[in-house]
Amino acid sequence: MSRTFSIGGIHPHDFKISANAAIEDFPLVDIAYIPVSQHLGAPAEPVVAKGDKVQTGQLIAKASGFISANIHSSVSGSVLSIEMLPDLSGNLIQHIVIKVEGDEWVESIDTSSDIVRDIKLESKEIIAKIAEAGIVGLGGAAFPTHIKLSPPPNKKAEYLIINGAECEPYLTSDYRLMVESPEQILIGTKIMMKALGVKKSYVGIEENKPAAIKKMKSIAAKGYKEIKIVSLKKRYPQGGEKQLIDAIVHREVPSMGLPIDTGVVVHNVGTALAVYEAVQKNKPLIDGVVTVTGKCMSEQRNFRLRVGTTFDRIMFAIGGFPKDAVKLINGGPMMGKAVSRMEAASVKSTSALLLLTEDETKRGEEGNCIRCSKCVYACPMGLEPYLLNRLSRAGRVEDLELNAVHDCIECGCCFYSCPAHIPLLDTIRLSKAQVLRIIRSRPKK
Amino acid sequence: MTTTIFFTIVSLTILGSILALILYFVAQKFKVVEDPRIDDVETLLPGANCGGCGFAGCRAYAEACVKAESLDALFCPVGGNEVMKSVASYLGMAVAEKTPQIAVVRCNGNCDSRPKTNHYDGYSSCAVMSSLYSGDTACSYGCLGQGDCVVVCNFNAIFMDPRTGLPEVDEDKCTACGACVKACPKFIIELRNKGVKNRRIYVSCVNKDKGGVARKACFVACTGCTKCQKVCPFDAITITNNLAYIDYNKCKLCRKCVSECPTRAIWEVNFPVRVPRKAESITVEQK
Repeated sequence: MSRTFSIGGIHPHDFKISANAAIEDFPLVDIAYIPVSQHLGAPAEPVVAKGDKVQTGQLIAKASGFISANIHSSVSGSVLSIEMLPDLSGNLIQHIVIKVEGDEWVESIDTSSDIVRDIKLESKEIIAKIAEAGIVGLGGAAFPTHIKLSPPPNKKAEYLIINGAECEPYLTSDYRLMVESPEQILIGTKIMMKALGVKKSYVGIEENKPAAIKKMKSIAAKGYKEIKIVSLKKRYPQGGEKQLIDAIVHREVPSMGLPIDTGVVVHNVGTALAVYEAVQKNKPLIDGVVTVTGKCMSEQRNFRLRVGTTFDRIMFAIGGFPKDAVKLINGGPMMGKAVSRMEAASVKSTSALLLLTEDETKRGEEGNCIRCSKCVYACPMGLEPYLLNRLSRAGRVEDLELNAVHDCIECGCCFYSCPAHIPLLDTIRLSKAQVLRIIRSRPKK
Repeated sequence: MTTTIFFTIVSLTILGSILALILYFVAQKFKVVEDPRIDDVETLLPGANCGGCGFAGCRAYAEACVKAESLDALFCPVGGNEVMKSVASYLGMAVAEKTPQIAVVRCNGNCDSRPKTNHYDGYSSCAVMSSLYSGDTACSYGCLGQGDCVVVCNFNAIFMDPRTGLPEVDEDKCTACGACVKACPKFIIELRNKGVKNRRIYVSCVNKDKGGVARKACFVACTGCTKCQKVCPFDAITITNNLAYIDYNKCKLCRKCVSECPTRAIWEVNFPVRVPRKAESITVEQK
């Protein structure tokens, strides 16, 4: 019996058209543009200077502050410059520009494909190694993993949940990882369990990926008995942290709380693989699997892409923009962000590039709200989007806070389900940012 | 038949007069004593209810005026000095005269000087657009052109110019209530002194990027080259974060900075057209 979360959710068509494209290595680029801020929190401090020679996997920017992550060079060559360049939404961010010369890896990195199964390190050493490798959550938010793995002393983790739901339509990068390197993911899970000191963990996978469920189950049965593979119903946003916890262990994360408040830590399958590579193979996080897909594309691709590859370079590799594509989206169609600058570079958490045609991106004409409450039924957080929209347009900040606008996870279910095409998500996202700013500026008790 | 009508009229009259008596006594008992001056002050005010004074409306502002001990911190931007004078004389207080102000749009990146780098097709609102990304041009400070300022203006004093894609302020209608200043997510609109004969000089740019980056994004951006600062005889120009700012209290409208600016980011408004001097025009021709 498949599990799922209790309230809300929608059922968009999944369009997993790139599911059968095997992961291929993306060709080396000429110049890599590596942003120093690829994670939530403070940007990293560059430790290289113009003209320095760097090797693949070498530390080029050091974490600054508590919530931050190290950045490693994804290529080998010489540093051309350190300058402010636009990211995909046009904001200027410090980039380390590296001219690629060959592909020389740092010696300590094990580049062989042998699977290392023994976990020799202790909990503290594992966390230090993960922090050193600059691993961030690859599910989207890019929160530094080592912080998530070291919960505050007054809270105890009971379960580790590995997120393989991949509920966003089109995306197949996690699916390919689960099919192609299932054992590495399970070892990564085991490493994280050791770091957290938990006895039990779950891997949640949606039903529309039967091959991944089968493969993971067969390997887990062989030597990873403490890891349970859970099949989940196909429903968006199953891959949301809070929804996944609800679906698998039936616990509710409190408002403004974190999953650790319910004794659960959630990580993505991509993160599990990165942890395996960092701890067992000494490889820092310098690449990731990126799905390049779209109905307008003749050939669907899954690339292993190094950090710092520009989007126009990726488009060049797939043979240029398809004729009728008008929009490039970084991420899935529900939560992804449109790319406004083609010269922007990919980051650690880039998981998909989606090309959409004009018909697919067109917004319907906005009508009047008739209180049909479809958005209320669709909201997985139990909010009332139509009301929040009205309050947001009237600028009633106190009422917005009373109606818990800050609990919105920006999944877009309300906007998707609205028959009047009211831009609910746009206005709610705006007020959410406003209310969160106010809440954070209050003195702490 | 007639008796029914008779009894109905009598019973309703008795009931009505009893209820009227009750209401009269209740109204006497719970009477709210209000300063009658509030009503009088309210009639003196323009009645725009724009909120430019910082209060919820004209009534709230009138209340504040009556309660206040001095009128220094209270100013009705719509009514201006005349209304403030009449309010002050009614309340028997003194009021300092304020220089009239006007909203100024500090961005001149029109379609030609600031080329579009992408096409925005989302919800038409500057606030939403700026929450999503930096904008549809390479300049991340400039006007987004979705017209939030036009929507909030109560006086129809601001409109989008279709040729430039930028908001224009109607000098006759603008009351400097500040609604557009608050609505602009990029902080482009500023209230500045109207100036002598409505003449104003201001830097029409808010780009804080370094010179090269700013210039690449927009031909008419302020690059922070400090030329205007050097030429200004009154120390009215300050440059912070690669951006020049002219202090309207110090500026004497000499127009030296306008001709000095290499990117023409400094604007002069309502000045007579300059007649080029002969010597200058010859040198230009020789070049």
